[in-house]
This record gives sequence, structure tokens and C-alpha cells, in this order.
Amino acid sequence: MSKKTPLYAKHLQANAKMVDFHGWLMPLHYGSQLTEHHQVRRDAGVFDVSHMTVLDLSGQRAREFLRYLLANDVAKLKEAGQALYSCMLNERGKVLDDLIVYQQTETQFRMVCNAATRDKVSNWIKKQAKNFGVRIQDSLHYAMLAIQGPTARDKTLPCLPPELQSAALGLKPFHSCWSEQWFVARTGYTGEDGFEVILPVPQAQSFWDNLLLAGIKPIGLAARDTLRLEAGMRLYGTDLDENHSPLESGLEWTVAWTPPNREFIGRDALEEQRQRREHSIMVGLILNDKRGVLRGHQTVYLENREEGQITSGTFSPTLGMSIGLARVPPEVHEQVTVAIRNKQLTAKVVKPPFVRHGKACIDIEPA
Amino acid sequence: MSTKSEIPEDLKYAKSHEWARIEADGTVTVGISDHAQKALGDLVYVELPEIGQELEVGAECAVVESVKAASDVFSPANGKVIKINEALVDEPELVNKSPYRDGWLFKMQPDKDDSGLNELFSAAKYQVILDNED
Repeated sequence: MSKKTPLYAKHLQANAKMVDFHGWLMPLHYGSQLTEHHQVRRDAGVFDVSHMTVLDLSGQRAREFLRYLLANDVAKLKEAGQALYSCMLNERGKVLDDLIVYQQTETQFRMVCNAATRDKVSNWIKKQAKNFGVRIQDSLHYAMLAIQGPTARDKTLPCLPPELQSAALGLKPFHSCWSEQWFVARTGYTGEDGFEVILPVPQAQSFWDNLLLAGIKPIGLAARDTLRLEAGMRLYGTDLDENHSPLESGLEWTVAWTPPNREFIGRDALEEQRQRREHSIMVGLILNDKRGVLRGHQTVYLENREEGQITSGTFSPTLGMSIGLARVPPEVHEQVTVAIRNKQLTAKVVKPPFVRHGKACIDIEPA
Repeated sequence: MSTKSEIPEDLKYAKSHEWARIEADGTVTVGISDHAQKALGDLVYVELPEIGQELEVGAECAVVESVKAASDVFSPANGKVIKINEALVDEPELVNKSPYRDGWLFKMQPDKDDSGLNELFSAAKYQVILDNED
């Protein structure tokens, strides 16, 4: 039996096509993936992300524990509410999950992890936390909504509880604020401005209704995927997995190498890989050719040698052409060939993101 | 999708969700059904056969690609391609907007004997196929 989020009935009301997503019944789209995509780039949309895993960590040694658990360094968090994106690695330096951690107090942190990894990750963290006396709460009593787009914050503010409105208005990017039960962060997975809101289940439906009344449109998983890929963001299970390190996934910028004496899980293996510099890398690709679309698992060729694989690919609604992420050998490439059906098409190598704040970030030559 | 698919009475249908309209001059216009376009979602690319290309019933002859996935189109008859819908190159979304009119894919001249057209389903039978799929 698939699990239902607190907003299941609301999705049906909005004519969603529901699909099973890692054991959760989630809206794929509400009619048109393309319209929903543009809605977020041009105005504002709301995503039900209640399937994501929210973990609350508390204890005197919580910060010390997170500095050991995560490849990025929570010592970078200098003030209450600040957020940090990080990978969580196994001893081999491979990625168990990617997540955002929010510092609430010196001894309290909130982590938002992927839905697909819920059991694995929560067991892993509990096992690692034993020696640190850190308490971990995996709460299913929350709903989580992401409201994203250039007008998302303006339209969401009046829908928030009055006591949170001024704090939410003043939030800097990658910061959060909260009341006793609500939590508002200026984070997201679309490349647009917006909020992610964690709130108690009994209030989820009325909050959803108010957002829709404010002119925010519901957006499904299909558009969530094209939006995040345009923003160059990795999807766990597709671009990231337990067979690859952050260095092989274009996420070296999220690994805090300094201070050199900080021990974190996977560091030794990662240092070794970093020194050898033989590992594959992740690049962005654009295919300015109307004859095909980049898709995950397509083979990438360099001078006719089979060299890599597309991890994520789609048609980019904002750019009007196909984009993708590919894992390739570490040489510098300007272009590659991709096998699409019976054709060999040339794709240009670019540095993601492809789109941020509604605008193209890469040079596109006319087809 | 919660909305019911349109199935015009005057067309013939293949199990693989193509439709065929037998025109007064004996040529056949081919497209994909409303059900098929809904299942695919927003189309971004259509690969059409070439004019003059010989088609075999049930063989791949075109590709329709949506944001989500690519899908093969199978010929509903034996015959030769005589016209393709050039408008789809720049406006593949016509297939979504108007699967039975502006979104047609190609026209063919079916073989005189053994065109395979008799094997296609009526609208009523196609409806039964869709009902059994859900």
C-alpha cells in the first residue's frame, strides 16, 4: 500500500494524475507538466513535499556529531536559522544521501533528507549517533510544502501564521525561522526564490487552500524534475548514489576539506580519490538539435569511444532544447556525441546551472 | 487522467493507439489517439517518416517524444507515405491540442491488396481496449 500525504485529497480535487513515488502516492501533474513548469519560472507554484524525511537532532554534542556525519561542515553555520547543503557519505566516500541541515540552536538541528532513502538514512544516522548521545526524531507528524517562483514569497507571506510573518519576510536566502509548530526556510529545489514550509498535519489542508486562493498553482513531480534539472541540481538515486562520491558527481564544492583535522565519515577514501585525480566527473550537456532528447542511461561518446553516461536528461521548457547531466572521464571536453535511437547527436558541454531565476545561464547558439 | 478520452466514430484504431482515417480518395491519414497523447503528456518533438517511405503494418514509422518519454508510432497499414505534417516540426504540441485534426502525423497510400486496414478496430472496440487497460 502506498502512503498518502496529508494533502492527498487536495491533489485529487485539483485533478492530479497520481503515481507511486518510492512508496508514496504523489501528484505527477495536474494537467500539463509544461504549464506547471512555466508557472514556477514566471509566477509561483506549490509542491507537496510531505514525503521528504524530516529529522530533528538534539543534544549537547549535536554539532560535533554532524561535523562527523556530513561531508560539508556545520561549523560554517554561524547563526540560528542558517542552512547548509551537504552529502552524507559512507566509509568508502560514496553518497548515502544529500540533504539540507538547518541550525536551530547550538544543540538543535533539523535535517531534511530524501524520501527514497528514509529507512536507510534514519538507521544509518541512529547507528552513528550512538557514541554522541544525540537524540534523533523522525517525525511523520508534519506536512511539508515548497512554494517557489518569483512571486512565491510575496504571495505566501499573508498565508503564514501572523507571528511568523515578519521573520519570514526578513529571511535571507538559505535561512530559516520558526514558531512552536511551523518552520519556514528560504530554500528550494527549482532555482527560483521561495519558501519551504514544514507545518503540523491538521493545518496542512487549510494552508494549501489559502495558497491556492492567493493565486499559487499546484505543481507536480514531473515539473519538479525539469525545474531542478534546469537549476543544475542533482537528484538522489539518479545523479547521486552509493557507487559514486561527491567528486564524481560534481559536488566537490560541498565537501569541506578545511580544517584538515576534521574527521568525517568517508574522508580518507575521498582524500585518496582526490589525490589520484583519475575519477570521473559530472558535466552539463545541451543538445541544440530537434531530433532528440537527452535521457538518463544514454551512452556518451568521446571520439567514438564509449566514455560515459547521461544520468539525467530532459527537454528544458525554459530553454526550448534538451539538457542533461552526464558522468564522463576527467579530461576537458567541449563536446560529446550521444547515441539517441539510431542517431549520433552532438551535445555541447556546459557548466550547470542551465537556468536560474527564470533566465538562461549558459550561452545558446541558435540551432 | 480523470477526463475521458475522445474517440471519434469515423476513425479506425490500432491496439498501439494510432488512428487512421480512410479518406474519400482512398488515402489514409494517420495520427495518435487522444488517449495516447494524454498518456505521453506535453510533446516536444515528433520524428516523421520520409515521403515515399514504404511502411509495413505494425512496424515503427515515427517517434513522438514528450517531456517525459519517447514513444514509437506503428504504421496502421501497408503502403507508402505521401505527405507528412510539417507543422509538427515547430509545433509538436498540435498533437496534444488537436490529436485528430491539426495533430495528424502523415498520410499514406495503402497497398491495393493486403493493406491491413481491415484489421483495425472500430471506435467502440477501441473503447473496450482502453477500458480494459485502466
